Parts: sequence; C-alpha cells; structure tokens
Amino acid sequence: MATLFGSGIKRREDPRLITGRATYTDDVKLPGLLYAAVLRSTYAHAKLGKVDVAKAKKAPGVVAVFTGADVKDKLNTVPCAWNVPNCDLKVPPHPPLAIDRVRYVGDGVAMVVAGSRAAARDALDLIDVDYDALDVVVDPEKATQKGAPELHTEVPGNVAFTWKVAGGDAAKAFAEAPVTVEQRIVQNRLLPTAMEPRAACASYNPGTGQLTLWITSQNPHIHRFLLSVMTKLPEHKIHVIAPEVGGGFGSKIPGYADEALVSFASMQLGRPVKWTEDRSENYKATIHGRDHVEYVAMCGTKDGQITGLRTKVYAGLGGYASTAAPGVPTILHGLMYSGPYTIPNIDGTVYGVYTTTTPVDAYRGAGRPEATFLLERMIDLYARKIGMDPVDVRRKNLIPKDKFPYTVATGITYDSGNYQGALDKALQMFDYKKFRAEQAKARKAGRYLGVGVTTYCEICGLGPSQVAGAVGFGGGLYDSAIVRVYPTGVVRAYIGGKPHGQGEETTFAQIVADEFGIPVENVDVVAGDTEATPQGWGTYGSRTTAVCGSAVKVAAQRVKDKAKKIAAHLLEASEADLEWQDGKFAVKGSPDKGKTFGELALMANVAWNLPPGVEPGLEATAFFDPSNFVYPFGTHICTVDVDPETGEVKILRYIAVDDCGPQINPMIVDGQVHGGVIQGLGEALQEMVVYDEDGQLLTGTMMDYAVPKASQMPKVETAHTVTPSPVNPLGVKGVGETGTIASVPTLVNAVCDALAPLGVSHIDKPLTPARVWAAIQEARRGGGGGAG
Amino acid sequence: MTRSITLDVNGVTRTAEVEPRDLLVYVLRDQLDLTGTHVGCDTSQCGACTVHMDGRAVKSCTVLALQAEGHAITTIEGLTRDGGLHPLQQAFWEKHGLQCGFCTPGMIMTAADLLATNPKPTEAEIRHALAGNLCRCTGYQNIVAAIQAAAAAR
Repeated sequence: MATLFGSGIKRREDPRLITGRATYTDDVKLPGLLYAAVLRSTYAHAKLGKVDVAKAKKAPGVVAVFTGADVKDKLNTVPCAWNVPNCDLKVPPHPPLAIDRVRYVGDGVAMVVAGSRAAARDALDLIDVDYDALDVVVDPEKATQKGAPELHTEVPGNVAFTWKVAGGDAAKAFAEAPVTVEQRIVQNRLLPTAMEPRAACASYNPGTGQLTLWITSQNPHIHRFLLSVMTKLPEHKIHVIAPEVGGGFGSKIPGYADEALVSFASMQLGRPVKWTEDRSENYKATIHGRDHVEYVAMCGTKDGQITGLRTKVYAGLGGYASTAAPGVPTILHGLMYSGPYTIPNIDGTVYGVYTTTTPVDAYRGAGRPEATFLLERMIDLYARKIGMDPVDVRRKNLIPKDKFPYTVATGITYDSGNYQGALDKALQMFDYKKFRAEQAKARKAGRYLGVGVTTYCEICGLGPSQVAGAVGFGGGLYDSAIVRVYPTGVVRAYIGGKPHGQGEETTFAQIVADEFGIPVENVDVVAGDTEATPQGWGTYGSRTTAVCGSAVKVAAQRVKDKAKKIAAHLLEASEADLEWQDGKFAVKGSPDKGKTFGELALMANVAWNLPPGVEPGLEATAFFDPSNFVYPFGTHICTVDVDPETGEVKILRYIAVDDCGPQINPMIVDGQVHGGVIQGLGEALQEMVVYDEDGQLLTGTMMDYAVPKASQMPKVETAHTVTPSPVNPLGVKGVGETGTIASVPTLVNAVCDALAPLGVSHIDKPLTPARVWAAIQEARRGGGGGAG
Repeated sequence: MTRSITLDVNGVTRTAEVEPRDLLVYVLRDQLDLTGTHVGCDTSQCGACTVHMDGRAVKSCTVLALQAEGHAITTIEGLTRDGGLHPLQQAFWEKHGLQCGFCTPGMIMTAADLLATNPKPTEAEIRHALAGNLCRCTGYQNIVAAIQAAAAAR
C-alpha cells in the first residue's frame, strides 16, 4: 500500500462543512433554552455607580438579570494562567462582571437572560448604569509615563511586569561597534477576527451536579480547568464540548468571563443558557493582538556582521491580564530575538502595561511576528546604512547548517535547520539580480519597485512541559491520544488537541492508517469533547501536529506492538521472527501466511485465543511530551510597485519557502501558508485597531476594521525544503503561524526598499496609502519616513 | 407582535412566526433549523449568511423575514436537491477551498450566483465577486481556484 504520509488527500472534515451540516456552538439547541446578552461598558475607564436592573427584570421574556454584585461571591475572578517568573508580575483581580470600576469599552457590567435573543437584547437597553468617567490611556508607552491614569491600585504606573532577556555583553558590543541603527517601531494592535464569533451554551443538571458547556474553544481541557476555577465546580463535574470551531487565531484560547456567566446562570435557573456575541461585541470583548511600542537598536561591523541587538518594548495588555498574556511578549517574543542569526549580544527589556483597552493575548504568531518584524526591519536599516545588499547581510549572519542543535544568545536551543537552503531555494524561484536590474531601470522611469526578503525561524510545537513549568505556564504542554481499534478493524483516535480548521481529522488519520496498513477511511479522529478525549492542552502555538500528532503516532505504535504479540501467538512464532509487510505480520520468509491488521483486531477484541498475560482489547493511550520546541524556518520574498503620488502599494509577487520538516499532507500545509501570509499582509497593509482619545473603539465593526478581501490580496507562490526535527517521532515542525510571522516584514521591507531613492527608511504599519504617501512627503521634506 | 409568513425554503413550503424586525437569517437558523447559514458580522460585510432569494444571492442578515414572504429561498442545505454535491461544493472540497468552514456556505452561495451570471469569470472577476464574503483562514487562493475549477467543469 502506498504511504499516506506525504499525500495531499482531500479532507474528511469538508463534506459536513460544504453542505451546511456542521454544528457550531450557536447551532446547539436544547429544550428550554434561554438566551443571554451582556451589557458592556460604553466607557473606557469609569467608576461604576448604581447598576439599576429593575426595569430590565420586568421586561417581557426576561428570566433573570445579574450584575457584578450578584456574582461577586458566587464566581471567582477570571484567572491569568501564564505567571511568567522573575519579572515582578502583578495580576490584579478581574471580576467576571465589573464591580466598582470599568476598565475598557466592552468590560462586562450585567447579563440578561431571556426567552429569546431579541428579548435579552431589548432588556439591555433598560438597564441604567451610573458611570463616573475617569481619565483614559490607550497607548502602552504613555501609560507608563508620569501622570498617566492608573487602572489598578495594585499596579502603580500601570506596569504589570518588567521582563529582561540578555546574552553576551550588549553594552560592550554597542560601545565598540562601528555601526549602529536605531528605530522606533509600532506593532499595530489587531483584531483576530475568527469568522465565527465566540459563543457558549451551558446546561447544568441539578440532579447529577454535572455542567455541560458547549464552547468555541481551541483548548477544551484548558477551558474545563479554567471554568472549574471560575465556577468553583469540581473539574470532574464539568463536561466541555468544543463542536465545530470557526477559526480561532488565538482568540479562543483564553478563559473569558462569559462562559462562567452562562454556566452560573444555568446553575441558578436550572435551564440551559446560550450566549453568542455579535461581531461588534467580538471586537470589544474578545482579545486583541500585538500592540507594542518598541525602541530597537542593532549594531555591527561595516561589512555586515551583526554584533548586537537591544530592545525596549512597551507591550499593551489592555485592562486586565488575559489567560496567556504575560507569556506572549516575553517567552514567545524576547527569547526569539536572535531569529535565524548568530547575534552574540542581546539585551531586551519588555514592559507589560495595563491600558484602558480590550485585553491583549495570543494572536496567530503571538510574539514571534513582533520579534521577526523588528529583527528583519533592523537588518534592512543596517544593510542600507553600510551600503550592503540586505540579502548578503542575512546570508552572512545565518546560523550555519552544520551548527545544529544551536544555542542562541537568549539561551534557547534550536532543534534543526538549513536556513541557507531555504534562502537558496527562494532565490532560485526569484531572479534577484534580474529584479534589481529592473528596479534600477524603473526608478529612472519614475516607478518605484521594491523587494523584501525575510529569512526567519520561529519557536513552536509548544513544548516540553518541564519548560512550561519553568516559565510559569499554568499547565502542561504535552499532548495525548487514545487509539482504539474496533473488532471489525476500524479505528478511532481520540485526541487532546482541538483542530479548528487545520485539518487534523485528516492528517492524523493518515498517520494511523499508515501505521496499520489500512485504508484511511477506516480511521476516524475525535476531538473537542472532554468526556471522550484524554487530557490535552489544545491547538495553538503550531503545536498540534508536532505534539499531539506524535502522541497519535506513539499510541498507534503501542497498538501495533500488542497486535504483534497476538500475531506471534497465533502464528506460533516468536515475535522476533515476525515482520510487518503489506498490512500484515508474517513470519520472515513466509509472507503469505501472515495475520492482517483486521484479523488481529478481531482476535484481540473477542479474546478467544490470546497469549498468556495479554489483556483483551486493542487500544493504547499515549501522552507525548517533546524534548524541545520545534523551530520551522524559511525565506519569504515579496515585490511591490508603489505609486508615489497616491501611496498605493501593489504586490507584484509573493514567494514563500517554508521548512516545516516532512509534510503529512502538502495540500493542507500550503493552505496554512496561504492563509497565514494573507493574514500577515493584512497586518502589514491595512489592519489596525484605532481607539480615540476617550478610549472609544473606532474600528468596532467590520465596516471600520479592514479584514483583507479577496480582491485586495495576491496569490502566494509556495515551495518547501525539508529538514526533519529530531524532537518528535514524525520529524515534523509547525506551519500554522509561519505565514503571519514572515510576511509582515517582507512586505514592509519591500515598500521601504521601493521608496529608498526618496529617502524613506521606515514607515509604521499598516502601510495604508495615506501613511505611505505621508512618509514620502516627509522624506521629501528631509525626514526619514516614520509616519504613523 | 408577530405575524405568520409563508415562504418556499429549499423547495418546501415553510411557515414562521416573525416579528416585523426579525432578520431572515435568524428565522432560517432559529425557527427553521437551517443552521448552515451563519452569522459572522452585524454590518453586512462578511457574507457568511448569504442565501439565494429567487435565485440571486442575498445576505440574509440584511433581509427582513417579512421581505422574504412568498419568495423562494435556497440555503446551503438545499443547493442540490438530490443528495449529491453541487459542482461548487465538489470543487471547494477538491481544491481545499475551506479550512474552518464557517464562511464556506456563504462563499459557495455567492459563487453559485456568480457562475449563474458569468459562467467563465476571470480570476479578477472572481476576486471582485467575493468582495462581500470574508474568509480569515484560506487567504482566498484556494477559494478562487475552486471557483475556477467549478467554472471549468461546467
């Protein structure tokens, strides 16, 4: 049988999705269902006075109204679960509904439960709230300055943490370096915008004491744990089901107050309660991403050897510390300051800062896009300053392929890599010299063409649990699988991860089918139900294939080991004399007298004739904890044509060469790259959260926030190199986030390259026509760009 | 105050009790149990709620249920009536034109309208036609490829 690993077979997820037969959380309907709606603060920062719900309680269809005072003693506060050590982290309490103060537009104030969606919404308008406005601050740098309004009495100066990373001697490197470049960089705040908004439906059975929660979740086991903390229900009384999940991009990792509130309401009322946010609610009540103000310096020699990197970063956290928020701009960001390069001296400081804005947490890439962007941007500035080609600078500083595993100055060790290989491949696809010649010619004709080249690597496949513990992550980072073989030889794999678009129902079935030599149709993969699946840690950090897929592989191997024992017994041979060939165990040299996987499945399950000491049944559980993270890498190239009169950026070509190790399903890998690159180009070109000076969210609907459209985006040309990882049995690395990590600097560097003759050195993203045009005007007046 | 309306949904006569303000999408989802039509925004941008009314694509979040009275509505569940896949559904499957699947029903309904009026669209025409349908997963590339493949298969 041909191997399925490496085959771009169609996804088995799709038939239900293309026919409208999938069940997302809002599709769940239960007898006696009630609907919840949350009243959200219209002030960014205010003292909360009386919340008068008397009229709302009397409104038609309304069953209950809850305020912060009602739930204060019944529910615990919303926890932060990544308590990064050694940074003096301060996490003030985050009440599920505001009690005496609101801290962002969207902060929950009250919840109405009614017989219909409309009745619940209508009643929100009948709640009278006394707000006493306080000063607001939306910019994380300004929030640390003297006189800035303070959000939490426990956090003077709004600084939640001061985290440092250092390796080598950066002070000495900068003192001695002949060349230094500096740049202030703003990482625009973004809206994750999973197409399915968040939803939660809780059903409490007072007879059993069991709570069932349907929720749009990337990590149902984490949600079970966090819900247990918030509701005070024992964890084994909580059953979490994440049904079909319509995208996440990080926004469905955190524990939110909303699922605790619907659970509380169901427990109080003895009826199921469902809450589904609409998009404008999503934009203010679901986490945001990025939001850094960075001061970066790079130093090096005149011939392109980078000797040091220094950063000072103000990372906005919003009004409260969301579940994983402290870990994102620190562990997932600062530790990646060396990128794919041998930068010997690194010194970074990251301030986590509370601002009167929606909480910020992991968004596709989570810290690594910001690290890659600042590094790649600085390299282009450095290359320009020393008059060297930016590709040559990169090549000169890449970690050589024979140096892996390689420990960078920040202290982490990269598993494997061949960065030059990916760069070479990308440059083969794109005739760099020819483009430079065209560019020179075009410039003479008044056209501004530019090219950006990014060489990147990133940390994913999170990760060893021991490291998780050491860096304050409030959980493990192993993952799990049960592989269960039925008497008829068909198989189900129950996994701890929770795919929400990434296609692991297909790719994991490929792993299992390959192992057993059976048709892929004979394998189902089950995810998202905490009653069925073993303890896992979810789908994020490009970890599911590397970690959970490895658990599937190990569990399948265990099943096969047992099947081999049974085969040896039935064939009256020793195990050592058996070999696996063409889907059966047979005595070496007599391949026709073997036992197929199907025969062994039957014999194991009926248990009529098992070897002594072998239990009936054929299933195995595996918990796979990797020995290290994985570090995928690659080279992206983008060319642009910038109109200097309008500031409009036209993308001419986009090439992505990524190395995620061996690919189980190349079709799915390319889909991940396409989506990631376009999401990154959205960040680079058009997406940005805007708050006004009162902390009002101006980009509060899809009319105002520029999610990329088909008509605005280019085709992505993909290619791959294959460098296996030594840290898991599949050799695989993650590919879910490489697109958003690599594409942002690639585009911005291309535009800055195009405008180099005009003197533009930097433009803060997103590169809207207005910003590009303004940068050109400023440069013509003698500045260096930096508009925004 | 509600009123009873009758409409043809996927070839079946259905009745619903609606308030004047009720949107077609919620009547389809909550009353008629056709949950394949999704709600992804509240400003008519995302297109996840796209259905056909008398054969033309409409955003069912922007149609009052009352306006649909007496009209023929087709949802993703009724795109084919023989239990098989529509060429667009097949093409989305073949070309990996979906990941999380949430936008997919709306994408397919919009694409069906496009191909009904423009059987051989160019790539630019396809991308333009999708301007009212947002996808956050695929980067659109394989959606465009799927629509091209469906057009070529006609």
